[in-house]
Amino acid sequence: MSPALMRVLRVVVLLSAVRGAPLATVTLPPVILEPVPLEPVAPVPVPSEPVRVDSGADQNISIPINTEKQQQQQQQQQVSLDVDVMLTGELNPNHYPARRAAQVVLHHLNTRYGSPYWWGALRQVHKATAEALGDSGRKYSLEVTLQDQISGTKETCTAEVVFPGGPAGGPPQVTTSYEGKSEINTQAQEEALYNQYNTSQNLLSGHNLPDSYGHVAPGMEPFWHLGGVASSFVMLKESSENTLYNMAQVVSVTQLATENNQLRFNYDVLLHEMVSQEIIHWKLLASWSPQEGVKASQMELLPKCHHCEPPQEH
Amino acid sequence: MKESEALQRSGSEYNFGSYQRLEAIYNWMDTLVAEHPKLVTKVLIGSSYENRPMYVLKFSTGGTNRPAIWIDTGIHAREWVSPATGIWTANKIAVDYGKDASLTSLLNTMDIYMLLLANPDGYSYTHDNDRMWRKTRSRSPGSNCRGADPNRNWDSGFGGPGTSRNPCSDLYHGPSANSEVEVSNVVNLIKAHGNFKSFISVHAYSQLLMYPHGYSCKDIPDMAELDTVGQAAVKKLASLYGTRYEVGSICKIIYPASGGSIDWAYDTGIKYSFAFELRDTGLSGFLLPANQIIPTASETWLALKHIMEYVRDNPYYTQH
Repeated sequence: MSPALMRVLRVVVLLSAVRGAPLATVTLPPVILEPVPLEPVAPVPVPSEPVRVDSGADQNISIPINTEKQQQQQQQQQVSLDVDVMLTGELNPNHYPARRAAQVVLHHLNTRYGSPYWWGALRQVHKATAEALGDSGRKYSLEVTLQDQISGTKETCTAEVVFPGGPAGGPPQVTTSYEGKSEINTQAQEEALYNQYNTSQNLLSGHNLPDSYGHVAPGMEPFWHLGGVASSFVMLKESSENTLYNMAQVVSVTQLATENNQLRFNYDVLLHEMVSQEIIHWKLLASWSPQEGVKASQMELLPKCHHCEPPQEH
Repeated sequence: MKESEALQRSGSEYNFGSYQRLEAIYNWMDTLVAEHPKLVTKVLIGSSYENRPMYVLKFSTGGTNRPAIWIDTGIHAREWVSPATGIWTANKIAVDYGKDASLTSLLNTMDIYMLLLANPDGYSYTHDNDRMWRKTRSRSPGSNCRGADPNRNWDSGFGGPGTSRNPCSDLYHGPSANSEVEVSNVVNLIKAHGNFKSFISVHAYSQLLMYPHGYSCKDIPDMAELDTVGQAAVKKLASLYGTRYEVGSICKIIYPASGGSIDWAYDTGIKYSFAFELRDTGLSGFLLPANQIIPTASETWLALKHIMEYVRDNPYYTQH
């Protein structure tokens, strides 16, 4: 790389910093992590011809320098030298940017199609591309295989995930080609479960699903699944390009009286956010019927208690 | 009583398919040494913050300071399947020596060091207080929050991306590199030994096999070789139950993470440095059912063996 190019690059990087554009990418939740200090002299290999940014082969930014427009695009592109890059173009489907976006797809599908007998998970990302949107949002286009964690059946679909930009942020918007579960044999199980628990007496309650040893009490599996599906409402709205959520545990589930033909349950759940490694405590109200599917409301974040040492119930 | 909460059976009747408390694991280690005295010794490498002994199992058929392989499990307290896998693996090595030709040839020229509980304070805390605890239990001056992330405390890009300087964070890197005694105990042993050829750290969950770096997404010089070894290892892992693992550098596959153990090991010249993230991919997460311990350990063993055999067959010298 020529010294002239290096100078151009340095100027581009410094100019963006001077203008106050958010150049140092905080790619991790800001409440937890420190921004990476910019190293404007970090050498970044720049090819002599424009090359499409590709996260697969080379994490160094390949910056086209031939046109002014391309230079502008590079300035707008958030750059965190040598650490993390908000990549655009074709992504390596096995690397984390594609996988985080794909996980969001699964949370979305669970809110639409999940039930005590259908709980989807990401199995594999086949293809992924990302593009910057005009309003500083970003859009991922994905091809994924998802798997129902209960029956094991797999399906492939395409999806688009838009992470809104700007300081307000907001939940990601997801569209998919998925058209619903191909097998319908969960219907009988769902109706049986619904009828069994559609009562105002002997309301169900449970806790620690799974327990410390990974065990789910007999008969409680559907309510573990339901907790996971309902948690997807929270995990979907909390997701960004800097998060990867799974439900870690149902701390407690308490059934309330049926209302409007929906079974209702108060859930207390622990979510595991992989990027910060935090365990995040949420309460929510889940309602469900075979006809209406799962809905979550009254979602409330509970504060992390640093002084608490609650004894673990086994 | 839950079937998975099996009574601790003493000695050679240890139940490998269950999660045990720290005391039971320590008792079992003594039994293993007693049953295989010519192969296994227990080495005290120091104490934890709360003064629990830290023991390494050394598998050696003799020699003096032979080239060695390091394996640690349980550095993150809540990742129970990691030490559970370590225990099964230690037993497997002891039992198969003399029976498995490849393992026997390996141990005839190299030593294996296994630290089964790299974070004994944290592990104990997950049994008695908070199943989701991750860090050590050290006290931070000026904070009510305890513990540092022991896998952000190594002297490799310390304090860089993927860490926090907030003591209440699960990614708190600690006041300085090697501030956590659990980390410095290992660093001192590795440095004093000076002849480790491989450093393998076992975590959970996500089903990944990773190589350095975490503190930088730039490819390391040995990336192609480590990737090839990793791909072959996970292929063998998958051959048992079809369990799918991804392979790549920490920074690209999972996230930037600075101050990690395998980055430190690699940067000190231990070329074959790898990190495992075991089962599953999020369904049970940290709460992996006990009936998956032995399947997890069995499939992981195939990958571990592949790596160890490769290390045996590819000796190298490091300039220090």
